[in-house]
Amino acid sequence: MKEYFNNIYLAFSTIFIGMMVTFKHLFVPAVTIQYPNVKPQLPSRERNRLYVNMDDCIGCDQCARACPVNCIEIETVKSIPGEDLGQTTNGKRKALWVTKFDIDIAKCFYCELCVFPCPTDCIYMTDVYEFSEFERDNLIYDFVPLTEEERIEKKENHEKFMAEKAAQKEAELKAKESKNNSQDKK
Amino acid sequence: MIFDFFTKLTGSEISASIISALLPLFLFVLPFALIAVLLERKVSAHIQDRLGPMRVGYHGILQTLADILKLIQKEDIIADSNDKPLFNIAPVLVFAGSYAVFAAIPFTSSYIGSNINLGLFYIIGISGIVVIGILMAGWASNNKYTLLGAMRSAAQLISYEIPTLMIVVTILMITGTLNLNELTEMQSGFFWNWMIFGGQATGIAKILLIPFMIVGFVVIYISTLAEVNRTPFDISEAESELVSGYHTEYSGMKFAIFFLAEYANMFAVSAIVVVLFFGGYLSPIGYLGNTLGLPWLIPVEQLLWFTFKGVAFVLVQMWLRWTLPRLRVDQLMAICWKYLIPIAFVNLLIVGLITLI
Repeated sequence: MKEYFNNIYLAFSTIFIGMMVTFKHLFVPAVTIQYPNVKPQLPSRERNRLYVNMDDCIGCDQCARACPVNCIEIETVKSIPGEDLGQTTNGKRKALWVTKFDIDIAKCFYCELCVFPCPTDCIYMTDVYEFSEFERDNLIYDFVPLTEEERIEKKENHEKFMAEKAAQKEAELKAKESKNNSQDKK
Repeated sequence: MIFDFFTKLTGSEISASIISALLPLFLFVLPFALIAVLLERKVSAHIQDRLGPMRVGYHGILQTLADILKLIQKEDIIADSNDKPLFNIAPVLVFAGSYAVFAAIPFTSSYIGSNINLGLFYIIGISGIVVIGILMAGWASNNKYTLLGAMRSAAQLISYEIPTLMIVVTILMITGTLNLNELTEMQSGFFWNWMIFGGQATGIAKILLIPFMIVGFVVIYISTLAEVNRTPFDISEAESELVSGYHTEYSGMKFAIFFLAEYANMFAVSAIVVVLFFGGYLSPIGYLGNTLGLPWLIPVEQLLWFTFKGVAFVLVQMWLRWTLPRLRVDQLMAICWKYLIPIAFVNLLIVGLITLI
């Protein structure tokens, strides 16, 4: 009989305690962040989408070599004499046309290893983390500011220049040979 | 009452009965369900330190309307092995059972669907239809979870009818009437005339009655809470063990009807508790209409008071739901048969003795 009444007392007292707890929480401010409208404050060293500032890139290929998953692809073409590519912000002279700088962000796993070797600090992590796409191909980011034609033009320029150079060399060689030959005849 | 008014207004009894039957549905039950669903989500969210629906309208006030629109568009799925006629009738029966209760509930002194002398008896009886509907839904779905849920629900409802009835009988012994309108009028005056404070009894009897009335109120509140299958008594739709009980197989509007019935039921049982113990539509502090000399204002105030009291108890139901965990089946039966029924019987006996004074 004592247990019976004790049970009733226990039931009501515990329900009362529980209800007091929930009642207090009714007036605790919600911890919800209204996400798309209000964005949470990210830590300052948060690693997110990569960005390349192509004005500073000298095409040294060190980031591509550092990448553990090979998500960066770089192709460069030497500039011909007379072309001025300008300087990077920390004073390095640019000598290469970067004709391809693709980052496959779908492969990237945000290790930040590409950021440290960069001599001009042009590749870095941004705080953008909303970049989902419906097509996987759209996740291959092309950072080169040149148009398709310009890239072909740069390559052709370089080839032409090399061909001219080769032709010049050959001509010089021939000239030398013919000189030698004529000397031999004499 | 309202029927006579509409008969005079329209001149035909058929149209009058149709209007007076549909009036509480569109004026009260549907808006209440819309608000209560949102309220439930908001209360649960704030108890758990969340915000709840925030997107549709200011702080999500139109969320239920959007949900209803979505549910209307949904495909009405009936699986091959369902018992089609029973499957289709079940939600209608469940809703009919819970809506029929509103016919005898006095919303104001001048509005009661049907002013029958056996009002309380009718309410207790007609709400039994809900059990049939739930069993029908569980059986016709042809699914072991729904059947288990329906069986549990039926066992629970039948068990908890007994303490409810015992407390109703206790009230009957004091008032001597089953007519809910008369029962309410017997508690008129100020709030110390409410049943919870001993009704119209005077002297030593009133003081002796108060503790037993409070016990009676607690018992009937717990047992009616179990009758509407809400947490902590929601073992019939326990989503963590039975998917969602008897309405697992339902989709679209039929599911919405089950939901509507649940919320209608919540208000109905709160209304019964209010009428029995808290003076129904009566104001605890007198009417503004009396002081201003506007007699038409009194029913409006009474409706407001009735809604206020009913919604207050609905809020306590929600509060309990988001506080307590679900009971086991054996605990559920133990509460009913070992605690509520003996207490209700002893309470009945003592109140009977007090009324002899």
